Amino acid sequence: MAGSGTAHLRPSEEALLRIEGLVVEFPVGRSGLKVHAVSDISLDVLPGETLGLVGESGCGKSTTGRAVMQLVRSQAGSVDFEGHDLTKLKGEELRQVRPKLQMIFQDPISSLNPRRRVRDIVREGLDIWKIGDEDARNAKVTEVLEAVGIDPETAGPRRPHEFSGGQCQRISIARAVATEPKLIICDEPVSALDVSVQAQIINLLQDMKDRYGLTLIFIAHDLAVVKNVSDRVAVMYLGKICEVAGPDELYAAPRHPYTAALLSAIPLPDPTVRPKPTEGVGGEIPSPLAPPSGCRFRTRCPAAAEVCAQEEPQVREVGSDHFVACHFPL
Amino acid sequence: MRKSKKSADAAARFETEPAEGPLLQVVDLHTHFHTGRGVARAVDGVTLSLERGQTLGVVGESGSGKTVLARSIMGLLPKSNVERTGSILFEGREIIDASNDELRALWGSQMSMVFQDPMTSLNPVMKIGNQITEMILQHLDVSKKYAGELALAQLKAVGIPEAERRLKEYPHQMSGGMRQRIMIAIAIACGPKLLFADEPTTALDVTVQAQILDLLEEQQRERFMAMILVTHDLGVVAGRADEIVVMYAGRIVEKAPTGLLFSDMRHPYTEALLRSIPKLSAPSHSLLQAIGGRPPDIVNPPTGCKFSPRCPYVHEKCTQEEPPLVDATSPDHQFRCWTPVGTPENRAALEANRAAGLESALAVVEDVLPAGVSTATETLPQVTTSHLRGGTINPKGSV
Repeated sequence: MAGSGTAHLRPSEEALLRIEGLVVEFPVGRSGLKVHAVSDISLDVLPGETLGLVGESGCGKSTTGRAVMQLVRSQAGSVDFEGHDLTKLKGEELRQVRPKLQMIFQDPISSLNPRRRVRDIVREGLDIWKIGDEDARNAKVTEVLEAVGIDPETAGPRRPHEFSGGQCQRISIARAVATEPKLIICDEPVSALDVSVQAQIINLLQDMKDRYGLTLIFIAHDLAVVKNVSDRVAVMYLGKICEVAGPDELYAAPRHPYTAALLSAIPLPDPTVRPKPTEGVGGEIPSPLAPPSGCRFRTRCPAAAEVCAQEEPQVREVGSDHFVACHFPL
Repeated sequence: MRKSKKSADAAARFETEPAEGPLLQVVDLHTHFHTGRGVARAVDGVTLSLERGQTLGVVGESGSGKTVLARSIMGLLPKSNVERTGSILFEGREIIDASNDELRALWGSQMSMVFQDPMTSLNPVMKIGNQITEMILQHLDVSKKYAGELALAQLKAVGIPEAERRLKEYPHQMSGGMRQRIMIAIAIACGPKLLFADEPTTALDVTVQAQILDLLEEQQRERFMAMILVTHDLGVVAGRADEIVVMYAGRIVEKAPTGLLFSDMRHPYTEALLRSIPKLSAPSHSLLQAIGGRPPDIVNPPTGCKFSPRCPYVHEKCTQEEPPLVDATSPDHQFRCWTPVGTPENRAALEANRAAGLESALAVVEDVLPAGVSTATETLPQVTTSHLRGGTINPKGSV
């Protein structure tokens, strides 16, 4: 899966966010080695769209999200957002863009300050940006808390430890939408939650998107969840893009062997379907310190051939709005 | 380390011929915690039995008592402020009153547990090899050298590549999936007859989850070991358990062989759990059917049926009287509901609740009913539910 190339990008004037050739590497001590977290990936998101980003732990999906936010700086590539290349911005200029980008994190409880009250947590962004006067800010906090299904009267003066995981995630969502951002990056927002609560939060995110006209990047390792929320799905492996397509198309007819393996690993709530141990990929993701040459998936790929070790496959179109980076697509 | 005289005596109690009958029999088990707020009934009258070599799935949300149930059976709970009553028969012998020494003879060699979080359940300052041999030397009367060979064989059995090298490594040098494999190796090293797996894959990726579940299944078959698989995901147990119990508020609300549970589910909570799973077969952006509200406070549970505040089929009797566990069509399928799913009374209750504007009833969308359960009448009006997405929750309040 190697997957470099930009064939899957749409015209830049249409996109709200366009990532091109993004590279993020972390040095390892003084050893001279580098963790190749994200290696030359390109993605774009249209306004109002939800882009799902899936892959195993260590595939670089979270790093991609953080690099878009400029929480980690990239070594190469560009992140174009509303006409600015975020990777070039610094200091005050970058700060000015920040309220338009928000993030929701995986662990809802530790991402809220335990010593502050819910109302103050949600209000902080408004205070920092001095949006509206006192009354307007209070009204906004009340509005977003109500929108996420938290009663502002009783919940406002409480602190995060008094809430369950699902409720804390609702508060995180309220905090994210308070400054009226354009783009929200959701980094595994439901993986720490129970199935029943997970469904509530997914439905809520969908609702918030409609209500506030949001664009979302939804990062998760659960393909069923990603399918439900996304308009377009990108599958990542070891810092590269494998496959990009619409969710229904991708799930009905995966073209990349890795996507197919991921799909076959999902346990189905149906006892008549016996899980087949032979399917799916064996082994684990290789070390990002020294990724395999050529296609990075070749070490676990059932269809790997010699060319896969030598040549990195480029992203190419294999169907209408269906792109894959593989020498031997399924 | 040799077994002490005391524990050897304790072990003798369990070394007689195993009795006939099921491997594990739990009768009316209650586990109550005495807390500052009152008595928390974490397990409240659970009865179940498990045959040798079988897999029992225990399913429920966080706080339903499934983990406490597993730990109560194994006797892993603290002694203070905990009250266990009822009966736990392991191979026909009562173990609820067993002392720590007696239990120590059982743990590891007769029953053991794989915990949820592989990151924190291994000792970070001890080599992997020593963590496995520690267990073997404690429970089996073997030499150190033999224990080392056994540890190596275990690591190979659970599919760890380069097992010799790994024995000398520390847990932080391994990935989550690898650590969970080591946890399994430790748990099965002394050949237990019963393995508890408490959410063994919740912290892992889907691909690794599939590998770990396959591994557990394979080891179980090879060793003819019984397994209790605790999880919140019906998908995990659907293809792997022989029997499933669904728990809610410390009680079993439905118990059935796996096939029967999915084809003929009776309890509204089982149905709601299944509906809330996002389906791969459904088109994207389909509305998920979340279970509104949250699990009940087990210190002050609602009167009557514990699920009634969240149930779309609730009616007057549910809030007054708790339904008993009754047999469905066959005695091995039991449920606890006054108006079980698929009956005319259930249908009538749903329609009455819809007419009354009950939020949980309005949120029910019929078309995703699993096959075999559907008795839906086409005449029902389609209800708009977009305004209900996610439901509304009051913090700390009852729903």
